[in-house]
Amino acid sequence: MEALDLARWQFGITTVYHFLFVPLTIGLGVFVAGLQTAWHRTGQEHYLRLTKFFGKLFLINFAMGVVTGIVQEFQFGMNWSAYSVFVGDVFGAPLALEALLAFFLESTFLGLWIFGWDRLPKRVHLAAIWAAVIGSNLSAYFILAANAWMKHPVGYEVAGGRARMTDLWAVLTNSTALAQVPHVVAGAFVVAGGFVLAVCGHRILAERRADPDRTVPMRRGAGGATAMWRTPVRAALVMTALAGAVVAGTGDASGKLLHEQQPMKLAAAEGLERDTAGAAFSPVPGLEVPALLSLLAANDPQAVVRGTEDLQEEFARRFGPGDYRPNVPVVYLSFRVMIVFGLTVVALSVLGLWLTRRRRRVPGPERELPSWLARAFVLALPLPFLAMTAGWLLSEIGRQPWTVQGELLTAASVSPGVGLTEVAVSLAVFTLLYGLLAAAEAVLLVRHVTAGPEPAPPAVPPPGGADGRDAAGALQPTLMY
Amino acid sequence: MELTTLWFAVIAFLWTGFFVLEGFDFGVGMLAPLVSRGEGERRQALATIGPVWDGNEVWLISAVGAMFAAFPAWYAGLLSAFYLPIVLVLAGLIVRGVGLEWRGKVARASERAWCDLGVGIGSALPAFLWGALFADLLHDDALAALVGGVFSLALCLLHGAVFLALKTSGPVRARARRAALAASALVLPVGIAALSGIPSTTAAEWSADPWPWACALAAMAALAAGAALTWRGRDGWAFTATASSVALTGAALFTALWPAPLPGLTVAEAASGPYTLGVLTWIGLIALPFVLGYQGWTYWVFRRRLTAETS
Repeated sequence: MEALDLARWQFGITTVYHFLFVPLTIGLGVFVAGLQTAWHRTGQEHYLRLTKFFGKLFLINFAMGVVTGIVQEFQFGMNWSAYSVFVGDVFGAPLALEALLAFFLESTFLGLWIFGWDRLPKRVHLAAIWAAVIGSNLSAYFILAANAWMKHPVGYEVAGGRARMTDLWAVLTNSTALAQVPHVVAGAFVVAGGFVLAVCGHRILAERRADPDRTVPMRRGAGGATAMWRTPVRAALVMTALAGAVVAGTGDASGKLLHEQQPMKLAAAEGLERDTAGAAFSPVPGLEVPALLSLLAANDPQAVVRGTEDLQEEFARRFGPGDYRPNVPVVYLSFRVMIVFGLTVVALSVLGLWLTRRRRRVPGPERELPSWLARAFVLALPLPFLAMTAGWLLSEIGRQPWTVQGELLTAASVSPGVGLTEVAVSLAVFTLLYGLLAAAEAVLLVRHVTAGPEPAPPAVPPPGGADGRDAAGALQPTLMY
Repeated sequence: MELTTLWFAVIAFLWTGFFVLEGFDFGVGMLAPLVSRGEGERRQALATIGPVWDGNEVWLISAVGAMFAAFPAWYAGLLSAFYLPIVLVLAGLIVRGVGLEWRGKVARASERAWCDLGVGIGSALPAFLWGALFADLLHDDALAALVGGVFSLALCLLHGAVFLALKTSGPVRARARRAALAASALVLPVGIAALSGIPSTTAAEWSADPWPWACALAAMAALAAGAALTWRGRDGWAFTATASSVALTGAALFTALWPAPLPGLTVAEAASGPYTLGVLTWIGLIALPFVLGYQGWTYWVFRRRLTAETS
């Protein structure tokens, strides 16, 4: 066991953990902003209650994304100082831009949104949540552009043992980034969609149990307490299905880029050992579709797809002796978990859209969400998170043994002055802390979902009128919590 | 101005902004349990930083991100050399952020107490450690690090207490003013000890490089002014004085770090290439006014004093 091994485990654990919360922040933020926009435009009470209900879940989760994100920015310098010195000129720029252009926007306007409910004009308050979620999505772009550069370095030259940026535009419009950003961001919307569906499914089931004599009306505008769930269910179904289509399309584009740029990762993802013309693809072990991998990788059923062993021989000739193959079983399995779990969630959303579609010909009540499907939504909650995690494992373990493809090996990236004991201590601290906080977050989320939305407030206008200032001068601290 | 000099100044500005803004956040986080009686007053105290603490913390993220981009070797050298203190800083920032965001979303008093503990410890750890870390960097001496840590902790307490007095009314304000006076009784002697305890400085070095000393002395003068203005109940001016004191401390630190921010590493050696620095300069010039504008506007929106909840 070396410091390198523990540093890799620490980076893997903290990054996977961070990226459980981030996709939910990205997708759920837009969802909440959409609900508030609906309230702003229609004035209907239940949109406000939904905004606050999902907003609270969003904020519980947001805190975790923020605090675990700080660790990410520091870790490069702490554990990977050789990497940081080599890449900082290129890789540091998107990180600095992320802080300046995205994080300030996100954190400042979210603070305004949380505390500004009765202090800002309604329109400005709505703009605040949109500014915050634009910040979240922008931050995803910058960090993913930085990450894409590690896999497909562009816009740089190596001088004096360090990468030097020559073209920021090339870094920001890296073909790998342009495929990866929509893939991951749309994946985040699938995660958020799966989360909202699970939450709504749980609420609908709970409210049906509490009122077993009649099915819960999901009709828009129906008077029952649970009628409010139709909108978020339908919206989340549409969001998940559309985002799923984007994930599939950009995933296909990413596969073609792998074929050109990172053939070793593609070979490992399929477990292909030798260069093969007309390579087959097995979506699940045991089932093999002839020529499909060649078709997916190069739009040509007869194309040659590279194999790990042939690539290993070639890399050893180019870069010197060494093992240039990633951990093939992990990459192979991650690829399948990503596809199968991701598609399952999207398929559930398409099924849900069909089963709750509006009646066109025959006037009558809207179709109810079947209880079995609501239960399926709840049970499917882990799937999009697992698919997202598996996608990252495929992407980053598949990149090994490089930190920067073809330029810098992971073994040469680690901090030379940080010893095994130090990394062991930090790994223990972060793992313990993260474990406790994950349990606390789960308890908080479950508790708030179980409690349900707060009842509609009495129809009394807030003191002080439209601009939200009260006459007495001193303002109460109005926490949205 | 040459680009490496400019970017050193930008990074000094970002760190100093972080010290000034998050300095009172840390102080409020530590003082909240001491200046409030009961949940209403506790929320009143913490609500003074509620809307702004996260934006303030982005100053740190920006400072570190700018170091990574502009001086990779400084960024990597600093964070790997002070590995375990940085781990503790991060652990502190984690429990603090989660405590602040979750304390209003938990149900029981015991859970809120855990959140308050997280906020308190999570504020005290970075407040102490940043001071200790930079003092150690300057003097490479354990005692200097301890004095530096106690100084920055006490400075955050004073700065936070003055901010609380400025932003609250009623009993919380009265207690915050007493806390500010107590903190200045601690911070002034420690500050003088920190100044006089710098062993290696000779008169020749002083005259060769007077800026760190001038800034440090001005910082002490601003501290004394802050204490006096708090005594006289001039909350706004007292806050201006403590904020200036923190800013001048930052200026003293970074003028002392120039031109070698790490032992054996000059800014020129650590710097990124002229292309990267140039393009970041343009983007920064365009974006920074907006950032300062909307962050300033946030303080304007939440400018009024808070009262304790009556419910």
